[in-house]
Amino acid sequence: MILTWVLGLVFLVAKLSVVLILLLTCAAYLVWVERKLLGRMQARYGPNRAGRYGLLQPMVDVIKLITKEDTVPKGASKVIFLLAPGVVAFITLLIFAVVPFGRNITLWGRPVPLVITDLNIGLLFVLALSSISVYGIALGGWASNSKYSLLGGIRGAAQMISYEIPLGLSLVPVVMLARSFSLVEITHAQSGYPFILVQPVSFIIFLIAAVAEIKRIPFDLPEAENELGAGYHTEYSGMRFGLFFLGEYITMIILGSLVAIFFLGGWHGPFLPPILWFLVKVGVIVFALIWFRATFPRIRYDQLMNTGWKVLIPAALLNIIATGAFILAKS
Amino acid sequence: MEGVRALLKGLATTLKILFRKPVTEQYPEVKRPLPARSRAVIILTRDPDGEERCVACYLCSAVCPVSCISMQSAEREDGRRYPRWFRINFARCIYCGLCEEACPTLAIQLTPHFETSQRDILKLVYEKEDLLVNHGGKNRDYNFYRHAGVTMVGDKGTHIDEQKPVDVKSNLP
Repeated sequence: MILTWVLGLVFLVAKLSVVLILLLTCAAYLVWVERKLLGRMQARYGPNRAGRYGLLQPMVDVIKLITKEDTVPKGASKVIFLLAPGVVAFITLLIFAVVPFGRNITLWGRPVPLVITDLNIGLLFVLALSSISVYGIALGGWASNSKYSLLGGIRGAAQMISYEIPLGLSLVPVVMLARSFSLVEITHAQSGYPFILVQPVSFIIFLIAAVAEIKRIPFDLPEAENELGAGYHTEYSGMRFGLFFLGEYITMIILGSLVAIFFLGGWHGPFLPPILWFLVKVGVIVFALIWFRATFPRIRYDQLMNTGWKVLIPAALLNIIATGAFILAKS
Repeated sequence: MEGVRALLKGLATTLKILFRKPVTEQYPEVKRPLPARSRAVIILTRDPDGEERCVACYLCSAVCPVSCISMQSAEREDGRRYPRWFRINFARCIYCGLCEEACPTLAIQLTPHFETSQRDILKLVYEKEDLLVNHGGKNRDYNFYRHAGVTMVGDKGTHIDEQKPVDVKSNLP
């Protein structure tokens, strides 16, 4: 009895560490991938000095960030200032806890589900955490005692709260189809066909709202370099700045996973092993995000608000009604 | 719809460029030949006879906006001037080229060679032996003393492009 319990704990801790290390490595190399792809899309090479093809660049960057001075601006609210980047990185890491990334496997006679925890309200958990990460941005921007940071923080809060609504609404049809809030159940519901085939509108709304939610181009107003210096992380240096960035790149991976789970069928797919299918789908979405960044200019603040409130929310609501009517008519 | 098409067009463009060869020149491996008149490290040239061109007139030193040129003039037994020592502080030099423009004898010239960075800033102070080269730089045939109307080389009126001396008494009114 106690042995099984201890064994279970060991398994859990082992799984946690493997996932954490893989996720952090992926985030670090995502920076490399992004710089490389951005470079090539702008007819440049991107990083190619540190190691072959610049493959050591992420390590070198981490060493640089760690050895840099950790400055706190004068007049800053110190505790909040020091905590904010941690909040961002911590919360984004937490989201990954409910992401299923493969079919259950059996190791030494024990079933090992390839998900940290199969929460029955996983989808709500994801939405709640992505709302909480606003705090990291808004508080970090406010605590810096700098106008640029404050403006960035305010913009971040406004943008993330506005786009939270279409983000949630666009997932309602998915929940209606899958009849579950659990990410594992949603994946299972797509064993026949991915939801993108029946919910293309939902998919587009979710993608747009999610890109705004993770503050990436064309929705990167909170860190608009040419107006705000660097927005909410203007005053941050060293590894605290690194944590903001870590959070951003992990959210990229998480966004890829969420799109894969909600609309592309998660790890379901023919021929390839499930975990590979999952990685391929995440990779496609992440590539698309980088591709958007290389292509689109930043939109204006009023345009941002207009798209959110006047286009995405009505469209998402109509989509819910249409889906509901369709399900009713079928039953 | 128009907007969506524009977005897709943009995406297509970036995707196309993704598979194109980058245009970047990889600097330390590929060195592009610079134009002959590009301005970097300064040299002191010699005239076709192998004499140093500099006559230590201090014009370059005077015109230098950052005062990085200093020298000490001296005179040879035959009356020709030269700098006893000549020093350029490249840590201060802004490579503006005003010294080259000011120089009456084409002695001081800027070259395209620019890779001179040093860890020790004092190594950037070049003395005359570092600056002096064994050629005429951009204009190899020019010889100040064969053009100018001084009597050091040849008499008055015997230099290149020089008119015979005017007998001032002949053009009295």
